[in-house]
Order: sequence, then structure tokens, then C-alpha cells
Amino acid sequence: MKFRDEYRDPASVHRLAEAIAQTAKRPWTLMEVCGGQTHAIVRFGIDRLLPPDVSLVHGPGCPVCVTPVEFVDKAIEIAARPGVTLCSFGDMLRVPGTQTDLLGARAKGADVRFVYSPLDALALARAEPERHVVFFAVGFETTAPANAMAVYRARREGIRNFSMLASHVLVPPALCALLDSPTNRVQGFLAAGHVCTVMGYEEYEPIANRYGVPIVVTGFEPVDILEGVYMCVAQLEQGRSEVENQYCRAVLREGNRPAQEIIRDVFRIVPRRWRGMGEIAQSGLGLSDAYLDFDAETRFGKVEPAVEQDSECISGLILRGERKPSECPAFGTRCTPERPLGVTMVSGEGACAAYYRYRRARVAAAVDG
Amino acid sequence: MMGGDGLALSCPLPAGDGGLVQLAHGGGGRAMERLLDTVIRAAFDEPLLGHRHDGAVFDVGGPIAFTTDSYVVKPLIFPGGDIGTLAVNGTVNDLAMCGARPLYLSVGFILEEGLPIVTLRQIVLSMREAAAASGVRLVTGDTKVVERGKADGMFVNTAGIGLIVAPAVIEPGSVRPGDVVILSGDIGRHGISVMAARAGLAFETAIESDCAPLAVPVLDLVDSGVAVHCLRDLTRGGLASALVEIAETAGLAVRLEEASIPIGAEVSAACEILGLDPLHVANEGRFIAFVAPEDAEQAVKILHSHEVARNTVVIGEVAQSPPGQVSCMGPFGVERVIDMLNGEQLPRIC
Amino acid sequence: MCLAVPGRLMSMAGEPPSPRLGRVDFGGVVKEVSLDFVPEARVGEYVLVHVGFALSVIDESEARNVFELLREMGELLESEVGPAQGVSREIQG
Repeated sequence: MKFRDEYRDPASVHRLAEAIAQTAKRPWTLMEVCGGQTHAIVRFGIDRLLPPDVSLVHGPGCPVCVTPVEFVDKAIEIAARPGVTLCSFGDMLRVPGTQTDLLGARAKGADVRFVYSPLDALALARAEPERHVVFFAVGFETTAPANAMAVYRARREGIRNFSMLASHVLVPPALCALLDSPTNRVQGFLAAGHVCTVMGYEEYEPIANRYGVPIVVTGFEPVDILEGVYMCVAQLEQGRSEVENQYCRAVLREGNRPAQEIIRDVFRIVPRRWRGMGEIAQSGLGLSDAYLDFDAETRFGKVEPAVEQDSECISGLILRGERKPSECPAFGTRCTPERPLGVTMVSGEGACAAYYRYRRARVAAAVDG
Repeated sequence: MMGGDGLALSCPLPAGDGGLVQLAHGGGGRAMERLLDTVIRAAFDEPLLGHRHDGAVFDVGGPIAFTTDSYVVKPLIFPGGDIGTLAVNGTVNDLAMCGARPLYLSVGFILEEGLPIVTLRQIVLSMREAAAASGVRLVTGDTKVVERGKADGMFVNTAGIGLIVAPAVIEPGSVRPGDVVILSGDIGRHGISVMAARAGLAFETAIESDCAPLAVPVLDLVDSGVAVHCLRDLTRGGLASALVEIAETAGLAVRLEEASIPIGAEVSAACEILGLDPLHVANEGRFIAFVAPEDAEQAVKILHSHEVARNTVVIGEVAQSPPGQVSCMGPFGVERVIDMLNGEQLPRIC
Repeated sequence: MCLAVPGRLMSMAGEPPSPRLGRVDFGGVVKEVSLDFVPEARVGEYVLVHVGFALSVIDESEARNVFELLREMGELLESEVGPAQGVSREIQG
């Protein structure tokens, strides 16, 4: 597959790993902020190719993981209503709410369907005018243009049986929140390549300056990730803190203007609570005033913040990169993908699930029922 | 006119069935007999079906393998097959995996009210073809009809009886450290073809289900004198789930070489788009065999002579420990642990 | 996050205000994709697709640069440390 296979070439991968080992003279801690990068790193064992001094931690890069529990509960509540169909990306269906998840709700009779694209949800609304279709819109900025387009088209076509439960999150405010934390150890970032395909990377420049951290816009294949690490380590060794673009085949500094326009039209910036991190100002997207007739919260009731449950789950620390999954006492024993204690184990892109799937050794031969 | 369950009350014969299955067709009366005769019995040239007895009676002449499976695939018809082909091949394959020659099948149909009879006929004909291709006889069956909305078109159960022909017991408990793991062909075709046929994940693709009967190559292998310790046909959950089940049951480890696992280019691309792991995607015409290391080369050669297994490859080997673990050596010299599918396989956007 | 996959644009249809759609070939699998966000895309070019929308046109010359850089890096490494040794295999667990 072109633009994929060549970025998985073992010779190139090893060459980059070698270059990183040669360049890193001191210990460095880098963070990647993208579930897709977490997935690739753990699947290909990329962090195992790095010299021991270069530590790559996984940040809050999984929008599924950071969706507040109250939004999941709201989606479940909406789905249970008669005459309503709740459409969602597959990723969200097993994320636990307070009592159950969307698949559990489906088992009890709620009409929950997964879709590949928000346009599929819109098509459903067109095809079944007697039902009200709600689309559960999660994601980073990457997915925002597609979700915005679904609403925009609904308005153009006069489709009235369609609304959106918007729970989008934005990356730059989260980076600032991480960097503001007194316990932050992260010294450089790999910025999520596809987020930057949409938004560009101008908005990361003030962050790099203010906090003195290098930020490298990075792609998702092994060669991309290693090159991003290499560029970041090189900056750190040279005492630079700039924004660089590793993923230049897909990212321009100004990003994708038509996509940004539609985001600006359909959405507005709102405060957002991040599961495991609390509220971060101006870090979410909700529907703009002009499109409130498509807002599921307006139609079905506002989402109220839930009390974060006390449990031994440390997904907050994991999302902030302060602990690795293997450092959690419950990892792989009391907390597994079948019985997750928290979100980083449920979502396929959560750091804990990725570690579990690809990395943990079986602790005992006994299979627990 | 219809009682609570739609069946018990006297239900007049439908004047013309309009080409759709109706509740009366499951009522045990004339309408049902006509459906069975014209659609089902007519498809199978099978004397035992014609006896119209409560059960089929026959002598098998030796130890038997007995298996059953139910089929609920949606859509009913997909590129490369339909629920009928699956229902026959799936059960035939399970028997073969026990080291048995498949002989007799039963079928239970649960039909949804409103199912077009031409669809039922098409599926029954597929079953006839699949049965003939494997030399099995469909000798008994049952048909019920449920209300509209209760059966996704149709659900099918098949049960199968086969005569054990393998010289030694073929099961996970027979697997030994050092055994070689062989895979009969590329993975993921069935799951992708079914997904492609569902609305919402629609893509034009030439990928067809790999649904196929496997008894002939398997029995050839079993007959050949190769020490076959375990066989498993890959179905839901894909290659990964089959290997993990066997490793856990046997209390041994399996180590795979990722580069050796064949994945077709289109399957690989579809998995990329949907964010699926090909190791977890369903198959219906592939199997794995655990054979003694000294017989591995010959096993591969035997399987290569069969069309359906022409791309058989060695993909790994069995180790003593850690017990129950399946691991895979990746392209960059790093090994990762492979786990079973957890729940339904869902496309992802992250 | 953000599973976006590169594919080759094979054909286009539709003019604004209708949605612009394209058929994209992802190495043998063809899917219809929205081109609303890539008005500059031309048939034959590669686009990056996420949830049914093309988000950017892949710049092939930039893509080649990565490997140019790698090649230079390889030469540099060899001149410093000699030819690469065999790969050491690390077992996780």
C-alpha cells in the first residue's frame, strides 16, 4: 500500500533508531498526544527500539478516553428513548458510563448503531424520517470538519430529524494544562499529525515559546514516529524549542482552510471536562448559536457534570503521562479489557488497552472466568 | 385470527403466498408441507428426507464426531457465499477438524415472516451445492417461522455427524512443544466481504468470502501418516482467537513470525481503513494445523496439492512457556503478545 | 487519534453546492469519499481520508524527502560507526 509500506521499511526504522541513539546524550522524556500514535508505538514496539534514556510517554491523545462520563451517560439516556436512534463511531460503544455502556444499552433495547462516517448517520436520518437520529460526535479537531459537514448538510437539505451530541476536544489547551502542572516531567512533544492536517501548526508556536518545549508534528507510521522522536531529541540536545513538521507530506503550517471554516461556522469553543484531567478552559467544541436546532443537549437536556468516582483506577495519571500502565497495581489483574476499571483500558486506543493487547506477559496460567 | 404465538389456532391456508414466507409456513400444516416439498426436499435428492419421519436412521460403522453450529450472518447473501454455504461448510469443517469424515447433516431453519421465498430457495440451493461438494447428505431437518422482526431474514442451525478416521486423537491436548503451526491460506477475507456488503461500511471491492469446505485437504493430511496433533478452522475471532484458545487449552506457548502470515493486499487495505486487526477478522475457509516438526515439510506439500490450501505456509511454532501465551515477532525485531478478540469487532476512528 | 488512510483519487463527481465526491483506491479497496475539504485535489493524486472525508492531498515530493534524509543519515552513520550490525531481537514479556 503506497504511503504506508515504505514507512514500515525495517532498514529505515533501524537507521532512525540508530540515529536517535547517537544523538541522545542525556535522558529525555517525550510525550505523544495521539491514540493513533500510541497504537502504532505499542503494536510495532517502537519505544523498545529507543535508547533507554529516551522515554516516550502516552498523553491524553485518545478523545474516546477523555470523553467525560456524563456524556456517555447522556448518550445512553438519549438512545433509550423511543423513536430515537443513536449513532456512534465504533470506538465509543464500549466506553463505560456510570452504570453501563452503549452496547449494554443496546442489549436492553436501545437503538444504537455504529457508523464509519457522520454522513452515514445523516443518511439514516434521511432514510427513516419517522425516527430521530442523534450522532454522538466525539473526536479531536481531525474529526470536527466531518462532523460539522453532517450538520451543515442537514441544514441545507432541511433535515429536521437529526441532531448531534457534541463532545469534541481540542489539543492545544490540553498541552498547556499538562505543561502548567507542577508535576509535569515532559520535555518535548510529538504533535498529532492528523489534527495538524486540519488545524495546521501555527497555534503550537506560542506554546513552544512560552514553555520552552520542542513540538514536532509527527505522522503515524513507524518511520514517521521515529523521525519525529529524532527531530525532538535533536532539538533538546541543541537547546531549541521550536515547532517542526515531520509530517510534511500531509501537513501545512496553515492547515486545511475549508475544514477550519466549517468548524468555525458550525461549532464554537466551549469549556470541556476531560475524563481524568478535570475541566480545561476553552478546550471543547459545541454547536454554535446558529446551529442550536441540531444540538442534542438543547433538545434532550443539558449534560450535567458527574462526580468522578473514587476507584483504584489511575487513568488520570496515565493520561497525563505520569505513570505507565505497567506501573498500575491493577493492570492486567483487576483491570483488563473484559473488566476495565477505567477508560484507558476500555478504549482500544487507550494506553492501558494498547499495552495489554500487545505487551503484557501472562502472569499466571490460570484463566480467570 | 392469530393467537398469541400465531401458531396454535386454526389458521386458514394462505390463498396465495405472494412469494413471502408466512407464519402459516411454520404451522405444521399443509402450507408447511408444501413449502418443505417444493423448496427444501426438492433441492436435495435424499431418500431419508422423503421418509418424512421424525428422525433419520442410519448406521455409521465406527466412532463418531458430532458437532453443531448456528448461523446468523447478516446480510444473508454476500460476495462469495450465503448463509446456506456457511451453514454446510462450517459444520463440515468442524467435523474435519476432529479428524472425521463428514457424513450426515441436519438443518434447522428459523425463518422470518416476510422472507422472500426466492431467497429461501437460493439459500437452499447453495446448501445443496455445498453438501454435494463435500459428499455429505442432508438427512433431516426442521422449519419454524417467527414473526416479522424476530429473525433477521433467517437463522440456520446445522448439526453434523462424521466417522472418525484419524489414527490418533486430534485436539489441543495432543499439541507438543516443538510442533510447527501451519496456516492454510491468507486471512481475513470472509469478515471483510461481509462488512463490505453491509450498508454504511460500503466499499466496492473484489474481496469475496473465503467460505469453503476443508474436509478433503484435511482428511488427505490425516490419512497421510503425518503426525497431526491439532486442527482448527478459523471462524469468528480470526487467527488470533483460534491460536489463543489452543494455547490456553494446551497450556503451551505459540510463537509466530508476523512476516509469514499471509494477508491479501485488499484485505490489508480494508483493515487499515476500518482500523481492524487482520488477525481478528473472521474467516470461513482457512484452518491451522499443529504437526510434529519432522512432518512439517511433508504436511505443507500435501496441502499445496489442494486448491483451497494452495497457499499453505508455516507461521510459527509451539514452545513450552509462558503457558497460554501467543506472541508474534514483528518486522523490527520486537515481539508482541497476541490476544483474543474482546467482544464484537468494531471499526474505529482513532 | 485519527485514523486517516492514504488512497489514490480515481474519479470525481459533483460541483458545489452539491457535495463533491470522489472514488478513492486504497490499494485494491475502493471507497466513495467526500472531497469537500480538498478542492485542489486532482485525479491521480493521493489523498488522506478520515471517516469518509479527504483531509489533505499528499505531497509526493515531501514524501520523498523523508527517504532522502534517511539515505543521507545512513551514509553519515556508516561513515561514523561502520556498516550496521545485525538486528538484535528483543523479547518483550
